[in-house]
Amino acid sequence: MATFILRRTGTMILTALCLTFIVFFLTNLYPNLEKLAKTQGNFRMSDEEVASWLGNRGFLQPMPVKYGQWLGILPGYVIRGTDGVLRGKCFGRHMAREDAPRFCGVLQGDWGYSLRFKDEVRAIVGVRLGLTGWLMLMVMAVMVPGALVMGVLAGMREGSRLDRTLSTVSIVTTATPEYVSGVIFIAVFASSAVGLKWFKGTATAAMNDMTFQNFALPVLTISLYGMGYIARMTRASMAEVMTAQYIRTARLKGVGFAGIVMKHALRNALIAPFTVIMLQFPWLLNGVVITETLFNYKGFGWALVEAAGNNDIELLLGISVVSVIVVLSTQLISDIGYVLLNPRIRVS
Amino acid sequence: MPTPEHDGPVLEIDRLSVSFFTRSRAIPAVMDFSLGIRPGEAVGLVGESGCGKSTVALAVMRDLGVNGRIVGGRIRFRGRDITAMNDAQLRHLRGNEIAMVYQEPMASLNPAMRIGRQLMEVPMIHHQKSRAEARALALEMVADVKLPDPRRILESYPHQLSGGQQQRIVIAMALMSRPALLILDEPTTALDVTVEAGIVRLIRDLGAKYGTSMLFISHNLGLILETCDRICVMYSGEAVERGKIEDVFDRMRHPYTQALFRAIPVPDADRNTRPLVAIPGNFPLPDERPRGCNFGPRCAYRVPGLCDQGRVPLQKVDGNKGHVSRCLRIADIDWTAPPAASGRGRKPGIGKVTLRVERLKKYHDLAANALFGGGERRVVRANETLSFDAHEGETLAIVGESGCGKSTFARVLMGLETATEGRILLHGNEIQDIATGDRSRETVSAIQMVFQNPFDTLNPSMTIGRQILRALEVFDIGNSHAQRHSRMLKLLDLVKLPRAFADRLPRQLSGGQKQRVAIARAFAGDAAVVLADEPVSALDVSVQAAVTELLTDIQRDHGTTLLFISHDLGIVRYLSDRVLVMYLGHIVELGTTDQVFAPPYHPYTEALLSAVPVADTSFSKREIVLEGDVPSAIDPPPGCPFQTRCRWKHRVAGGLCETRVPPMRTLPGKHRIRCHLEDPILGEMQPVITAAGKAR
Repeated sequence: MATFILRRTGTMILTALCLTFIVFFLTNLYPNLEKLAKTQGNFRMSDEEVASWLGNRGFLQPMPVKYGQWLGILPGYVIRGTDGVLRGKCFGRHMAREDAPRFCGVLQGDWGYSLRFKDEVRAIVGVRLGLTGWLMLMVMAVMVPGALVMGVLAGMREGSRLDRTLSTVSIVTTATPEYVSGVIFIAVFASSAVGLKWFKGTATAAMNDMTFQNFALPVLTISLYGMGYIARMTRASMAEVMTAQYIRTARLKGVGFAGIVMKHALRNALIAPFTVIMLQFPWLLNGVVITETLFNYKGFGWALVEAAGNNDIELLLGISVVSVIVVLSTQLISDIGYVLLNPRIRVS
Repeated sequence: MPTPEHDGPVLEIDRLSVSFFTRSRAIPAVMDFSLGIRPGEAVGLVGESGCGKSTVALAVMRDLGVNGRIVGGRIRFRGRDITAMNDAQLRHLRGNEIAMVYQEPMASLNPAMRIGRQLMEVPMIHHQKSRAEARALALEMVADVKLPDPRRILESYPHQLSGGQQQRIVIAMALMSRPALLILDEPTTALDVTVEAGIVRLIRDLGAKYGTSMLFISHNLGLILETCDRICVMYSGEAVERGKIEDVFDRMRHPYTQALFRAIPVPDADRNTRPLVAIPGNFPLPDERPRGCNFGPRCAYRVPGLCDQGRVPLQKVDGNKGHVSRCLRIADIDWTAPPAASGRGRKPGIGKVTLRVERLKKYHDLAANALFGGGERRVVRANETLSFDAHEGETLAIVGESGCGKSTFARVLMGLETATEGRILLHGNEIQDIATGDRSRETVSAIQMVFQNPFDTLNPSMTIGRQILRALEVFDIGNSHAQRHSRMLKLLDLVKLPRAFADRLPRQLSGGQKQRVAIARAFAGDAAVVLADEPVSALDVSVQAAVTELLTDIQRDHGTTLLFISHDLGIVRYLSDRVLVMYLGHIVELGTTDQVFAPPYHPYTEALLSAVPVADTSFSKREIVLEGDVPSAIDPPPGCPFQTRCRWKHRVAGGLCETRVPPMRTLPGKHRIRCHLEDPILGEMQPVITAAGKAR
C-alpha cells in the first residue's frame, strides 16, 4: 500500500508539472503579455516600447526558463533594463536588494503578486480557498448522505412506487441548473414575493459569520443540483446489485430484507458511486462560480473569474496550481477508497 | 424452535402449477407437477433448459420473483404447507430447514464479504448463536467439506478461492444449519470434470453423514445416476416419467426419456455401429405447446387421433413400483427395439498431413498487477513444446480442463496471438508468426473456428444470410453478388437449415440452429482445418447429437481436418479418431481413441476418465478422485506438471517426478505418453470403465 501511494504521488507530481506548464504557456502567450504591458505601462505604447517594457521585466526570456523561475528551480532573473533600472524577480517590495533570495518561485512559497487585488497571490488564494472550502464541506455534508439514501432507497426495490417517486425527484433536481433553482429559492424563501423570508438572499455576511440563515440557500442550491446525479448513479448500482445471485443466496439463507440491504448489498452498491462522489470535489471547486456570484459569496470561483477577466497572470497561475492539486489528490483518495471498498482489487 | 415430529415424506409436491405473468398474459412454466422426497432420499430432476426444473426448485423456496406465482397445487414440507406461509415463516424455513446450492459458485457468494462472515450468518440468524459459537461451527463445517487450512479460508474473500473451493463453501453454507432438505441446482455445471467428481463425492458423503434429503437438479444423466435414488424426468413443464433410477435408466417407458438416452454418448456408442440419435424438432416454447402430449410432435411413436387429443395423465407402469409415465402407449410400444440404423457409410481413410505443430511454445508476460502496474514481471507458460500432426479427414480431439492451454493453442492457431517459439505448418507453410490480419485470404479461410457459445458469436442485428454472405465476401469467394447468394443458399442446405432462414435474425433461431449458422460460416471458404471449441457444450442434450452429426457429415464430404476441443470425454470417444490430452500447457498423452481410452493410461487421463459420469447402469467405473486443484501456469510445479495430484507418483523411483519433466515416450502403435512410469507398471493399469456384460 505504501509503495502504491508513493508511486501514485510521483505520478501526481509529474502530472501537476505538465498541467501547470500548459497553463503557464497559455497565460504567457505574447498577446497576453502585450495586454499586460499596455495595462501596466501605457495604453499608447508602440510595439518597440512594449518589447523593451517586457524585456526589462524578464517576460521575453525563453518559456522553459521563465517556467523554471516561476516554479523556483531556476534563480530569478536580475536584469539591468534599457531604462537603466535594475530589476529582479526576487526583489521584494520592502526588501533591500542585497537581501533578496536567489530563488523565488512557487516552491519557495512566493506565488507572485495579484495586479487585480493588489495583494500577494498566496494570501488571496488562501482566503478564497477557505471560503469555498466551507461551502464545499457543507454541500458535501448535505449532498452525499442525501444522494446515497435516495439512491439506495430507490434501487433496493426497482420499479416500486418509492423508486419512481425518488427517481422523478432526482431527475428534476439534476435537470434544473443552479441559476434557475437559485433564483427560485431566493424568490420563494428570501424575498417578499412569496413572503416566507426564512433565509437571507445573499451570503455575503457568511464570509465573516456563517449562520444557517445566510448560508442555507447557496448550500441547498448546489447540493440539489449534484444530488440527483449521484442518486441516479447509486440507484443504478444498487438495482444491479439487488438482482445479483449472491443477494438471492442471502435471501434463501433466510436473511431479512433489512439485513440484505445493509449487510450484503450496500458495500457492493457503493463501489461505483464512490468514484463519482470524489469527482464532485473538482467540480465544486470551480463549478460553484454561478452560485457564488448569485449569492455574492466571494470564494474561489469568483476569484478565478476576476483573475481571468483582468488578465491577472500570477493569480490565474496560483489558482490553477491549487485546482490541479485538489483534483489529483481527490483522485488518489478515490483510488484508495476504491481498493478498500472492493476486495477484489489488491494493491501490490 | 423445535420442529413438530413428522414421519412422512420430507417434501411433498402435489399437483403444483406455476405461471409467470407478463403484462399481456400468463405463461405456464410448470403444470400439474407432483413429487415426494422421503427422509434421506436423493431425487434427481432431469430435463433440458426451459423445461421448468429450476422453477420447481424456486417454487419450493417460494422465491419466484415478482412475476412468478404458484397458481395451483400444494407444497408440503414436513407436513406444513409452504404455499400458505407468511414472510416470517418463510425466512425461518429458508437456509434453516431447506437450503440451496446454485450453479455458479462465484456469483452466489458475496464478493465483498469474507467467507467466514457469510458462513457465520446462517447460525447467527437461525439459532441465535453468538459470533464465537458461529465461528466455531463455520470452522467445523469448512473442515467437513474437506478444504485445507479452514482458518485461512474463513478470512478469505470469494475471489481468492478456486471454483471448486467456492462451490465447497456454498455447500458448507447450505449445510450450516443441518437442513432437512438440500436443493442442488446444477451444482457442478460450471466446474471442471475432475473438480466435479470431487464435489459429487462430497455431496454424497455429506448427504449420508447428515441424513439430508436431496433434490438434485441437472441436465446430466450420468451425474444423476451417480448421486440419486429416484429420478423425475421433466419435459416442457411437466413430469413425463418418474421412478427408481434403475427402472428409468434400464426400463424407461416414455419416448422422451428413451430419446434422451439415445442422444447421449455412452461408452459403447460408436459412430458406425451405434450412432447417436438426435431428437427431431425443437423444444416447444411455453406459449406454443401442442394439443395433447407435449412431446407428440417430436415423438417417433405418435399416433394421430390418440396423442393429440387431450391432456395425457401420468400412468402407472406395470410391474415397477412407483414408476409412472405420461404416455398413452406404454403397453403398445416395443421398448427393446433398437434404434433404426441410419445406414451411414464408414468414414473414408485419413489423408496426408494438413497441419503440423512443431515444438510450439506460447508464453504470456503478465504484469504483477494489471491495474496498478509495476512489480516483477511474471510469465504464464500457457503452451509448452506442443508437437503433433493433424491429417486430412481426421478428427483430432484436444482434451483437458480449464487452464490446460487448449484455448491459448486455439488463439495461436487462429493468429489471434503469435507463437513464442516453434512452428505451425499449414500445408507446409509457416503461419505461427503471422497475425490474423496479416494472413492471406487463403490462409484465413483455410483455418476457421466454431465457437462454444452460438448466442454470442452471431451479430444480433444482421440477418443470417447477410452474415454468411459477409464471410464469403471476406474470403473473396464468387465473382458477383448472385454467385455468392447461390453459394450462401447451398451453405444453408449443407448445414440442413431451410433456405428461408436467410432472411431471419439470430434471435429467431434456437441455440442449435445458431450453431448450424456458425458452422456454415466456418465452412464458407472450404476450410481445410476447422477448430471447434466445445461446439456443443452450450447446447441441450437433444440438439448436441444433431450438431455433432452435422459436423462429422460435412467433414466426411469435404475431407476437413477437425480439431475438436472438448472436456466431454463421452463425445470425444464417440467422435474422434485421435485424442490429445493436455495438462498445464503440456501434451501428456497422444494416441488413437482406442489407445487413449484403454490402459495403459497417463495417470491424468486415468483420473479424467474416471471423473466423467456415465449415464448407463451397465457400466461400472473405478473411482479415482483427484485431490486439490490444477496448479497455476504462472507458478507450475517443478518436474512433471501432474506430480502434485498424481496417485502413481510413489511408483517412480528416486523422486524423478519432482525434478524432471518426463520426456515424450512412444509406446507400441505410435501411442505417445509423457510419464516416468516404467512399462511394467504401466502394464498393471486396469481399465477405468468396464461393461458389466449386459446386452443392450
